[in-house]
Amino acid sequence: MMVEDSLTAAQKIAIRQSRRQRLRTRLATFPWWLVVIGILIGVTLWLITESPTYSEAFATIRTGMIVTLTITIISYAISLIIGLFTGLGRVSANIASQNIATLYVEIMRGIPMLVSIFFIALVLVPGMVELLALIGAKFSELGLTGIGASLSSLDNKAISMSTRAVIALSLTYGAYSAEIFRAGIQSVPAGQMEAARSQGMSYGQAMRNVVLPQALRNVLPAIGNDFIAMLKDSSLVSILAVRDITQIARLYAGHSFRYPEAYTTLSVMYLTMTMLLSLLVKLIERRLSNNGK
Amino acid sequence: MENNNASNLVEVRSVDKWFGDLQALNGVSLDVPAGKVMVIIGPSGSGKSTLLRCINYLETPTSGQVWFNGEKMTSDQKELNRHRAEIGMVFQSFNLYAHLTILQNITLALRVVKKISEKEAETIAMEQLKRVGIVDKADKMPAQISGGQQQRAAIARALAMRPKLMLFDEPTSALDPEMIKEVLDVMMMLAKEGITMIIVTHEMGFARAAADEVVFMDNGRIVERNTPEGLFNQPASERTKLFLSQILHK
Repeated sequence: MMVEDSLTAAQKIAIRQSRRQRLRTRLATFPWWLVVIGILIGVTLWLITESPTYSEAFATIRTGMIVTLTITIISYAISLIIGLFTGLGRVSANIASQNIATLYVEIMRGIPMLVSIFFIALVLVPGMVELLALIGAKFSELGLTGIGASLSSLDNKAISMSTRAVIALSLTYGAYSAEIFRAGIQSVPAGQMEAARSQGMSYGQAMRNVVLPQALRNVLPAIGNDFIAMLKDSSLVSILAVRDITQIARLYAGHSFRYPEAYTTLSVMYLTMTMLLSLLVKLIERRLSNNGK
Repeated sequence: MENNNASNLVEVRSVDKWFGDLQALNGVSLDVPAGKVMVIIGPSGSGKSTLLRCINYLETPTSGQVWFNGEKMTSDQKELNRHRAEIGMVFQSFNLYAHLTILQNITLALRVVKKISEKEAETIAMEQLKRVGIVDKADKMPAQISGGQQQRAAIARALAMRPKLMLFDEPTSALDPEMIKEVLDVMMMLAKEGITMIIVTHEMGFARAAADEVVFMDNGRIVERNTPEGLFNQPASERTKLFLSQILHK
């Protein structure tokens, strides 16, 4: 009797302790930070619906959304294509393509993005236009007036700042994603390429059919995170006076002097978009790791 | 010298292979008659695998020549791909394409290299899977089946190309002991079918049973070449004797 009682008492303590333990780990692993972000977004939303100045700020800034999203998506798509080919160049056995790819990557990585946006938009693009005009003039001299005229008629001003912003973001991010693709290709064991070559596949066939499919699966989360980073960095194009949400918020704050309204709304808009996107990336990641094996 | 002996499917002529300052092969010559099974044995680092990889030019010999099927191997990519399609290779670590099912592993090169239609390729693949006894694994991913089954799938992948020559690079070295036999059984079956095979292995029992000839290599050279009985029972060189005594624990 005594023994039984003391046993159940000990068991009770053990159960209570394990319950407390479980609660403690649940509290420790609970994403408190996410709650805070949720509250921040909630409060701002409430301000936007309730306060006239906040709702005016939001209504104004919102008009830049299409520009922000368009620039982000187009630049991202172009940067992936540049990145894939540059990444392939980096791992290539061909010395010329290897060096050209590395040169490009190192230059872009060595310059702050803000500076390279200025350089590409205000120096590189006009320079290219001038070069084309010169070539056009040469063509005209040689009697090829058709091509000559169309090349020299290219006007520097015809290339909008939005286009230049897309070129700048694509070139910068192309270098970043090139490194991701390179790492992905190198993460595929060498035996995969060897097996494919031993069956008579060319380097290109082996790359396309065996190495790249595995490399892409490995880098998909990193590529997804790059989209989020691109969305944030697209705000830099505001310095070219491209009317994205950042630029419009700046203009709005500039004439209304409502700095808290403008920049709180702007920050929370970015935060909402990046949180949703990173959730999406995590979902894709989870699905991949489930299907992977 | 340029005349190729028609009965030899493979002729290796005075091949040297250097990796930086390291000489992996030192003037190796070896001819392999069509239909024969040649087993290469020797301590690790003796150049066995390098010799095998020089035959299908996965490694390019530093000097010397390799002849296959009456043609000299060169680094010309088109020629190389044509020759490699006729040389099946089985690797120590299987090297199955990790993102494809077993069936797709076999059909890929049939479609891409041999330009065979998907349907026909699948028929060929199923035939070969039947031959190695893993037809039921066709739709599995490589990581879902055992090492022994993976290696049999890799053999089926090589066989599906209808190769004139099969190269085996330590095909059982990465396997758990209980899976070695199922792979050796498949190789034994191929040996009996008269497929020309060059096999690098440490399985002396298999070498004895399956080989027409055994080659002993050490230090990048061929030390001795003989019938299995001759080489295992009366090794001519002291080096061979020592190696055999070590590996057979006698």
